[in-house]
Amino acid sequence: MGLLSDPNRRRALISMLTRLNAPICMLCYCAGVCWFMGLAFEPFTLRTYMSENAMGSTMVEERFPAGERALATAREFAAHKKKVGGMPVDWLVKTMQARGLEVFTQSFSRVLPFPDENKERYIVKGTNVYGILRAPRAPRTEALVLSAPCSPGDNNNQAVGLLLGLAHYFRNQIYWAKDIIFLVNEHDLIGMQAWLEGYHHTNTTGMKWTPLQGRGGSIQAALSLELSSDVITSLDIVLEGLNGQLPNLDLANLFYAFCQKIGVLCTIQGRLQRNDWDSVSGYSHAVQTMMLMVMKQASGRPWGDHGLFLRYHIEAATISGINSFRQYKTDLTTTGRLVEGMYRKLNNLLERLHQSYFFYLMPSLTHFVSIGYYMPAFGLLAVILLLRALDLWVQLVAPPARTEDGIAEIEQSSPGVRSVLTPLIISHLTGAALYLMPVHFQEMAVEHFPVSETEAVVLTAIAVYTAGLALPHNTHRLVSGEGTEQGWRVLKLVAVLYLAVLLGCTALINFSLGFILALTMVPVAAFVTPDVPKVLSAIVFVILSPACTLLFSVFLFQELQDMPVSLQDGWMLYISVISQGILDHYLFGSLVYPLIALMVYPCWLLFWNILFWK
Amino acid sequence: MAAHRCSYLAWLVFIFSLSGILVADGQETTLSGDHLVSAVENPQTDAETEKRAAEEPAVEERRWEATRAADAAEENQEFPASVATVLSSTPQLKDDFQEELVIRPLHSGDIYASFHFRTLWETDFMKGNKVSHYRLFPKSLGQVISKFSVRELHISFTQGYWRTMQWGQPYLPSPPGAELWVWFQDTVTDVDATWKELTNVLSGIFCASLNFIDSTNTVQPSASFKPLGIANVTDHRFLRYATLPREIVCTENLTPWKKLLPCGSKAGLAVLLKSEKLFHSSFHSQAVHIRPMCQDSQCKTPSWELRQTLNVVFDLHTSGQGKQEWSLFKMFSRTLTEACPLASSSKIYIDITDNPQEEQFELIPATPLLRQAVVLGDRRTFSVYDLTQQVTFGTVRSLNLLIRWKSTEGHMLRPLLHAERYVAGYGLQTGEIHTLMYNNHPFRSFSVLLLDSVPWYLRLYIHTLTVTSKGKDNKPSYIHYQPSKDRIRPHLLEMLVQLPPHSVTEVTVQFERALLKWTEYTPDPNHGFYVGSSVISALVPSTVAMDTNNTQERTLFSSFFPCKEESSYFVRVYTEPLLVNLPTPDFSMPYNVICLTCTVVAVGYGSLYNLLTRSFQVEEPNPGLAKRIANIIRKMRGVPPL
Repeated sequence: MGLLSDPNRRRALISMLTRLNAPICMLCYCAGVCWFMGLAFEPFTLRTYMSENAMGSTMVEERFPAGERALATAREFAAHKKKVGGMPVDWLVKTMQARGLEVFTQSFSRVLPFPDENKERYIVKGTNVYGILRAPRAPRTEALVLSAPCSPGDNNNQAVGLLLGLAHYFRNQIYWAKDIIFLVNEHDLIGMQAWLEGYHHTNTTGMKWTPLQGRGGSIQAALSLELSSDVITSLDIVLEGLNGQLPNLDLANLFYAFCQKIGVLCTIQGRLQRNDWDSVSGYSHAVQTMMLMVMKQASGRPWGDHGLFLRYHIEAATISGINSFRQYKTDLTTTGRLVEGMYRKLNNLLERLHQSYFFYLMPSLTHFVSIGYYMPAFGLLAVILLLRALDLWVQLVAPPARTEDGIAEIEQSSPGVRSVLTPLIISHLTGAALYLMPVHFQEMAVEHFPVSETEAVVLTAIAVYTAGLALPHNTHRLVSGEGTEQGWRVLKLVAVLYLAVLLGCTALINFSLGFILALTMVPVAAFVTPDVPKVLSAIVFVILSPACTLLFSVFLFQELQDMPVSLQDGWMLYISVISQGILDHYLFGSLVYPLIALMVYPCWLLFWNILFWK
Repeated sequence: MAAHRCSYLAWLVFIFSLSGILVADGQETTLSGDHLVSAVENPQTDAETEKRAAEEPAVEERRWEATRAADAAEENQEFPASVATVLSSTPQLKDDFQEELVIRPLHSGDIYASFHFRTLWETDFMKGNKVSHYRLFPKSLGQVISKFSVRELHISFTQGYWRTMQWGQPYLPSPPGAELWVWFQDTVTDVDATWKELTNVLSGIFCASLNFIDSTNTVQPSASFKPLGIANVTDHRFLRYATLPREIVCTENLTPWKKLLPCGSKAGLAVLLKSEKLFHSSFHSQAVHIRPMCQDSQCKTPSWELRQTLNVVFDLHTSGQGKQEWSLFKMFSRTLTEACPLASSSKIYIDITDNPQEEQFELIPATPLLRQAVVLGDRRTFSVYDLTQQVTFGTVRSLNLLIRWKSTEGHMLRPLLHAERYVAGYGLQTGEIHTLMYNNHPFRSFSVLLLDSVPWYLRLYIHTLTVTSKGKDNKPSYIHYQPSKDRIRPHLLEMLVQLPPHSVTEVTVQFERALLKWTEYTPDPNHGFYVGSSVISALVPSTVAMDTNNTQERTLFSSFFPCKEESSYFVRVYTEPLLVNLPTPDFSMPYNVICLTCTVVAVGYGSLYNLLTRSFQVEEPNPGLAKRIANIIRKMRGVPPL
């Protein structure tokens, strides 16, 4: 800082920074990307370890014996489900009561903003059934949740069977210190949302539900089970929740510890960890696993029923059983023992899980990258914006000093303010239109065009988005006439700082989203001037715009999941992804859609505006 | 030879036991007659104390029960005067000890055992009397009463929450954790100091953390806790009430409690109190109540009552074997062989109200003695086992009561009044406390007193207080609110609310979570902070008065007006305590935090502040001495300096 106090040295530093601005920016960008790619390299990552003492050193024995009976229950459940044609509420209530639980139901209804074509639902009505195992001699202050969704078709019957089997077994044990809530939720996430809102008596999304009759105090942790086959080959843990929130790393550690103890193959992102980190294929495996996590986190949607718990500060994960073509199979007894072990350890918790990390990326289940390691990657990208801002500032301040003409300076800066404000307001209005119009004008769109409601919403969104490309620079010319040289610099300074703050805040909450946006938007923001070749840079601009980022992400995600799609399918997927994103916002309060529509897109439009500055 | 002797012995034993049974049968029939007499005197000693002053006992032969139980009860009620005469005619004992065990098989298959021990002592601790000779009354408590001028003392330690929906109402309610409320005599000048000292002494006596009771969790309820014994003082300045919801109750609390009994755990019902079984249960609560009572109807001399109660609920499912049967041995891993020799009465009561024809459970050994009592507004029938009679123990010289279930249906009960409480909302800034009170009476409304004591670190927004029933605003007829003072005293909110029939009344109030000072956090701050149970006190319409349809068992002339017996009874319901998370700093890395903060403040902020507030100029190099002198000379000469 002494460096900056000395005017001479400060001047030297600034002149160096302005002179070498472009190379430094290029260097930072490359360094950021390399840093990020290096995160998956095993020697650079930390091995996971159990931080919570209450779960680490204590021993528990798993004795769950009744896998076969759980399977029988699952078959019975499937039969009743088929007979009723939905959730067999009465049967579940009776079965849970027979297992000695306090059973309650909650009914809910929700009209979606537009029909969900993926899951084929529009007006959703359902019932959640939950039974509370009251811990002996506990004052109803703490609870754990075990949930299994009641899925349509033949899915997840085994999960419900195992849940009921565990309920029966847990009920006969004396050692529980926390109430255990066994929840079977209908309509997966919507049911879960209704139950959680009912439990915490909040209403964030305008859903209708009946109040809950029984509670167990503050929920400490939750697991959601997904099992669709009698035997499994491996268990997968899903961590990514709403808005990119993650549960405490200790929950993943706990899962891994018990998989090791019981001898079950465990995966994250459906991928096993490999030991050959020094080979190219081993490294690319780790990169792919991490990229999958980054993409899932960036999407901001809950990737399992657990995702909605995280808002309420409840550590939760989804455990799903995978039945592939491997030789070695695990039966339901073993899976039950694994869940039992996890619950017994969670039962031992004195405090909420808080010792380990909340912000991390996992290149494999045994290794993690903490916030301290991945933030520099983003920081290197963000610093480009600050360097450009500094450069612009120096350029803006310098000329008046040279002319030494006070009147001219005032004349130059006053149109600058107006020329900044006008595009700022117009682009934000466009963003607001992008946020509001798709859902509110769907009926009009359906009337005029031969498309379904879902397509209408998505196509309206794309249309507004595209229209926005034409709108700002035209209106800008209409409103404030010819832009000046000074004008675009001021506008770019504002836009660059705006983007820096925006991305910085996003990356703090959801690193993955922030990083992906920074990766595409920073180069555009750094090098846009009105003087570059228009057509070529316009093409680059569009390719690096948020919408195209999403398109590429869809293809990349499919590629990473080993399910590459053709262009045609990819486009269909793209449309459904947009509609899902909008639905997530309206149903669960996901913030990605409003963030993109109201902030990121207008910010990008500002740069688009600068490109076509006249 | 040995085999021969064995068979001979076996024959002998058989013959003896046979005759024993015959004799026992004869005794039982005669004894039951005796008992009828004794039962007439017994109720008076029990009457005000045992079942909340609402008790009308009648002991009869089993075969009488269906036809004459009601009438007998009625007769008893008609002659309250006889109660006094019988009582005064009994020989005057200076002190008296009674013990009782009430067992209530619950619908859920669980079993509720409630021990009551009462020591009544005709003495006067008040008015500065020096009491130095103790017999049955524990000296440690007697000294506490006289030293701190205590008029009434109620203390309970509870592990677990009473599940009203499954178990109905308990005989003596208590909140989870520890509860202490004390009425001091009006001679006490500095109540707060006495209270502080008293809690510390009690903490030692009961091996509990009562010393954590201080001004931040003590309140003075204005209406909810009235004296239960004789008292002419109702000024709530002399009342202190505190709960410790986090208190964990275990054997170290049980042992000192047992030592207060005259027989210790050596004889009588107390031999059943083995901690390994008592704490292998769903609910455990132990309490001590001390209060002054009237000696006679004129109430000239007071006597002091010490009542020790212990309630425990055993769980059917966790008991293991899967067989649906309970016995004293299975519950307590002991059987009974004798009454406490110091006890004037020692009895076991089994609630058989729901089981008149033995269709739900079977009771072995059967007893012909029955007793009716109105407990908590409901007329209950009990089988009685008198431990002072040798015949109770039979030939094996030990009593092991066996209850064998025939059918269990675990349906939920609908108690007339129950309540629940929870914290709504998410995030660590604000929240909302919801208290739900259910009135399940089909046609009668009644009012309840709600007492809420909330620690200061939840800052209640009292303007957001709403009381709604059936979707309409329900204005409380009485509100007593004492705002909290940070680190000094908690919030106290008392309300008298009318609960409409068959309704849910919801009381909500929003709060803000305070940020504590870093030394004020508990060692496990991420566990959360406890808010004690709210207390709901009410006079609930009696169920006996409620069933107007059920008239066939009664005579026509007595069954016209519905309010036949006690029209309402007193109930106290405790809600569950709350566990609230407060914003918590990360204590795991104080060193890092301190270093980082100091560095940021020292380097970053300091220099940035410098850069922003100062203007920098290039300073001329300091001129040498010769130059300065030359300049002074030039100045004197009026020439511009160098």
